[in-house]
Amino acid sequence: MRLVDVKRLVFGDRQADKVVPPSGFTAQLTVFAAGAMAFLAVFALALSLASGRLAARWGDELAQSSTIRIVAPMDQRAAQTEAALGILETTAGVAFARALGEDEQQALLAPWFGTELDLRALPVPQLIEIIEEDSGFDAAGLRLRLAAEVPGAILDDHSQWRAPLVDAANRLRLLGWISAGLLGASVAAMVTLAAHAALAANAQVIAVLRLVGATDRYIAQAFIRRFTLRAFGGAMVGAVVAMAMVALLPDASERAGFLTGLSFQGWHWFLPFLIPLLSAVVAFLATSAAANRTLKRLA
Amino acid sequence: MIELENVAYSYGGGALLSEISLQLAPGSFYFLTGPSGAGKTTLLKLCYGALQPTSGAVTLFGDDVSRLQRDGIAALRRRMGVVHQDCSFLDHLTVTENIALPLRVSGRQTKAAQEDLTELMAWVGLTHRAEAMPPELSGGERQRAALARAVIMSPDVVLADEPTGNVDWEMSQRLLRLLVELNKMGKTVLIATHDLSLIRAAKSQVQARVLRIANRQVQLAGADL
Ligand SMILES: Nc1ncnc2c1ncn2[C@@H]1O[C@H](COP(=O)(O)OP(=O)(O)O)[C@@H](O)[C@H]1O
Ligand SMILES: [Mg+2]
Repeated sequence: MRLVDVKRLVFGDRQADKVVPPSGFTAQLTVFAAGAMAFLAVFALALSLASGRLAARWGDELAQSSTIRIVAPMDQRAAQTEAALGILETTAGVAFARALGEDEQQALLAPWFGTELDLRALPVPQLIEIIEEDSGFDAAGLRLRLAAEVPGAILDDHSQWRAPLVDAANRLRLLGWISAGLLGASVAAMVTLAAHAALAANAQVIAVLRLVGATDRYIAQAFIRRFTLRAFGGAMVGAVVAMAMVALLPDASERAGFLTGLSFQGWHWFLPFLIPLLSAVVAFLATSAAANRTLKRLA
Repeated sequence: MIELENVAYSYGGGALLSEISLQLAPGSFYFLTGPSGAGKTTLLKLCYGALQPTSGAVTLFGDDVSRLQRDGIAALRRRMGVVHQDCSFLDHLTVTENIALPLRVSGRQTKAAQEDLTELMAWVGLTHRAEAMPPELSGGERQRAALARAVIMSPDVVLADEPTGNVDWEMSQRLLRLLVELNKMGKTVLIATHDLSLIRAAKSQVQARVLRIANRQVQLAGADL
């Protein structure tokens, strides 16, 4: 498809369209279907991008940080924390380790208990944050040493619970892309069917056009232009409506849960605009193929 | 311009036409006659490339039709004016738009062509029907519109299939006069008709040659019928 062809398609002899009678209802169906597909495609896209972000973030944190909880009677807590930090200092692969301060723990628990509560009155475990080196550390070895010297320490390297989640997020992203692909294929199938119907309904018109000297290219163009513009227009409306709905979703919060992080972020807002363009390209190719197949069979 | 060499044609059953050799002389006026079902329409279709001969060769403006691509056939149709037996208009366009259709599909809708169109509409007497839709036309109006469409591209040759098929005697005389005028302007004219009285009427206005289809072949009929 050369640029000249695209220009002629969009701006060219609009009158050429008139040689094919307008087809009210089927035309509206095509526009509607293209719009509905685009609407769904925007959500598939949002889902893919959000799952991608989630997988990346969980994957990063998984690779970098773990925690130790010290669950011990109040009077032993400080000593056990000291002992655990001592062990971590001599553990290969640990870049940095520190005990969280009281105010930090308070902040972490605030969503559940509110800010009024005095933590010292509760047997809340002491948390130690560990930042790993890229190489990571031997979690099993560290657990053995902790078990021997700090009975109240529990190492939580997050992998047990995060790995399956990262896996799930990646699958979800794949599903999103597959859905987008299927929607594209459905647009192609829908337009092919509609174009075949239009070509068949206008067999008489096509015969007259051939008789007065119209080339296949001229005849095909009248159909191609229609379906391309319909698919583009319908998809544009569908995409814009879907984007408005995505924009109205609640904002992603600090510790974004999955459901609140579905909105597009930054330049990703431009991606949905590709959907009408792709829809137009798909319609152009599908109608060209259908028209060329049909016209070759006519005298 | 139109040359048939030992042409045969069959729709699948037995041969409808066979051993036809024919060469239209530029500027002359022909009638093609024969009983209904003899193959007049078929022979005309061979002459404008709508059908390919089963055997033999059809040469149009120097090109062997069997070697032409689809675009070549389209280009050929722009050089021949054809009045089809059923007229075949686009019913959603006005009479004017239908007559201008050959200009539109060949991208020649210029201002000069627009003036020609107005003149042509007056010539066939359809100025007052310019904005009518084809289904609203009478038989004679349809035939005149079809004739106008056939000549709008100023073709060298005009082929008309039963142009007086559905009209009364008055109107058929009027159509005949239009065709004779075209011939006087130098165009080759070939009219297929089963109406012998039309041929007789023409003899006083133009020197016409009569081709008759009989026994699957084309014969040049004698001067008298
Ligand atoms: N498309 C077709 N398929 C099969 N037979 C046809 C077709 N068109 C015409 N015929 C047959 O060919 C014969 C000649 O038809 P036609 O050329 O239209 O005759 P005419 O114009 O002289 O009346 C007729 O018997 C007709 O039934
Ligand atoms: Mg006939």
